[in-house]
Amino acid sequence: MKILVAIKQVPDTATQVKVGGDGKSIDTAGITWIVSPYDEYAVEEALRIKEKRGQGEVVAISLGPDRVREALRSCLAMGCDRAIHLNDAAWSAVDTLATARALAAVVTQEAPQLVLCGRQAIDDDMGAVTAQLAELLGWPCAYWIMEEAVDADGKTVRAARQVEGGLEVFDLPLPAVLAAQKGLNEPRYPTLKGIMGAKKKEIKDVKAADLGLGAEPAQLAVLGLEALPPRPPGRIIEGDVPSAVKELVRALREDAKAI
Amino acid sequence: MAGAFWCIVEDDRQGRPKKVMAEILGEAARLGGGPVEAVWLTDKASEAGLTQLGELGATRVWLLENAAYAPYRSEVWSAAVAELAARESPRAILGPVTSRQREFLARLAARLGVGLAADCVALAMDGDTLVATRPVYAGKLLARVAWARGPWVATLRPNVFRPADAQGGRTAAVERPSLAAPTAQMTLVERREEASTGLPELAEAEIVVSGGRGMKGPENYVILEDMARVIGAAVGASRAAVDAGWRPHRHQIGQTGRTISPKLYMGFGVSGAIQHLAGMRTSKVIVAVNKDPEAPIFKIADYGIVADLFEVVPQLTTELKKLMEK
Ligand SMILES: Cc1cc2nc3c(=O)[nH]c(=O)nc-3n(C[C@H](O)[C@H](O)[C@H](O)COP(=O)(O)OP(=O)(O)OC[C@H]3O[C@@H](n4cnc5c(N)ncnc54)[C@H](O)[C@@H]3O)c2cc1C
Ligand SMILES: Nc1ncnc2c1ncn2[C@@H]1O[C@H](COP(=O)(O)O)[C@@H](O)[C@H]1O
Repeated sequence: MKILVAIKQVPDTATQVKVGGDGKSIDTAGITWIVSPYDEYAVEEALRIKEKRGQGEVVAISLGPDRVREALRSCLAMGCDRAIHLNDAAWSAVDTLATARALAAVVTQEAPQLVLCGRQAIDDDMGAVTAQLAELLGWPCAYWIMEEAVDADGKTVRAARQVEGGLEVFDLPLPAVLAAQKGLNEPRYPTLKGIMGAKKKEIKDVKAADLGLGAEPAQLAVLGLEALPPRPPGRIIEGDVPSAVKELVRALREDAKAI
Repeated sequence: MAGAFWCIVEDDRQGRPKKVMAEILGEAARLGGGPVEAVWLTDKASEAGLTQLGELGATRVWLLENAAYAPYRSEVWSAAVAELAARESPRAILGPVTSRQREFLARLAARLGVGLAADCVALAMDGDTLVATRPVYAGKLLARVAWARGPWVATLRPNVFRPADAQGGRTAAVERPSLAAPTAQMTLVERREEASTGLPELAEAEIVVSGGRGMKGPENYVILEDMARVIGAAVGASRAAVDAGWRPHRHQIGQTGRTISPKLYMGFGVSGAIQHLAGMRTSKVIVAVNKDPEAPIFKIADYGIVADLFEVVPQLTTELKKLMEK
């Protein structure tokens, strides 16, 4: 069974991000890049499916500039068999829909039975590409999955998605798209052998023209980025606990009108 | 004539719109960019629910009532709403941030070939176009975004937009459009309800009480639940508490958990790591109780108490109870 995992490279969660000179994107100087955390759950799950079935291929795919090779390399070190890098200036200002179009073109060429994505990329926090990819392919999709099991014949996948108030378990005919939620698994760390082996694995560079795509204008454009307005300074309530607690309740009711 | 602003109804699966719909309908009316209409996909609507949508300001309800619409499946919903949109040309399609609407509106936008702005915290008409503001990079920055063309599709963060006031006597015209028969690919096997605590949903709650590693163990969360019950709050947790197995994943607040924006957030034994702040920094009022005066959460807290939470929580519950009984 062939599985594609779509991963995005994002700034490390602890990195300070600053608005860049153009006022529309971030200043990338000094940023540490990682594979978006939810995408690691997707990679891990793909590897587990392959291991459980005892055969198959896991292909990591990412759209982004040259630095993204490093993220793909770490997926190969985790155990993915090969990688595809969508790397073209035509994609320098993509929105989620254009990203989904490019990914859909690769999926059509590769014809996997399953595509795994993350719940959302933690840079743009859209949580959209997965559903958009499923729509463009005409495939079913399960969001925010906490469990999955592919049947022995590789014809359907049973997935439990997280919704308000519980879990809903569905059978999806394959091919299908799944979005990984935290709690699905615990991603492995690459072993030394994995890291050495990754150097020999293929990362294929793909241009828009290879997919028959041109530059398309983004449907959603960023007009501007700004830092969050600072919160007004807070107040530490001093004194012994009983009086501090009384004062807190008073302040919440009378000053902040929060209760 | 300008097309309508559609508000996709999130319901309680019992035929009633959820409270958050007052916020979506209220914001659509405030924008003034077109008539406010509701689109409701359900297996069974209730009269009371339709009345409620009218009172909250929907001038029309597009009622898509069909057994195939529950359980929610993105391929079924997006086909139906896309067909209706092709006929009615709405100007905007808005819905609240819930697990299903985040998926559905993304899929619908792709089907319509238009942009999607997810998890918006502000909307404004700029002349003839809509501009949305949404947090990015874990809420460290705000992005202003706009669409190349309509319909403008967006999801709105709960508890941020001012709810419409219900006005008795306002009614919505109910339309039952005939649409192509739904074809579902996915089939529901089972629904596993979580045990009801009687406390509100984390993402929608107006007050959230959250416990971190300082809670010391799963058994101690009862003291937070007791407090939550007094003030009608939801109980959340930090990732440290979740990863320790003290609380379920769905209670995690933060970058890899839920994003919440309650009127009041109270954190107990939470240090305030940047990834936790990502999920709660847009709360209106933040209270922190931590025994370490250097804990980063105090930097964004409106009120802080430097003390042992095990001393503070029971007393706070008592005081809140007194207040509520007044
Ligand atoms: C990729 C990534 C994603 C992450 N996503 C999230 C996320 O979504 N949400 C999240 O929360 N974290 C997330 N984290 C983890 C985050 O970095 C912190 O490790 C975590 O938030 C710490 O949880 P905590 O505040 O409960 O624990 P700690 O940082 O250990 O803090 C415990 C606090 O409790 C106080 N305390 C102890 N005992 C008492 C007492 N008796 N009374 C009062 N105070 C007491 C201590 O002074 C301390 O400040 C993520 C990390 C990474 C790397
Ligand atoms: N540039 C990209 N390359 C590959 N996969 C992506 C890219 N952007 C988003 N994805 C996938 O789509 C998911 C949702 O992304 P988003 O809609 O941007 O939040 C991510 O978790 C990835 O699995």
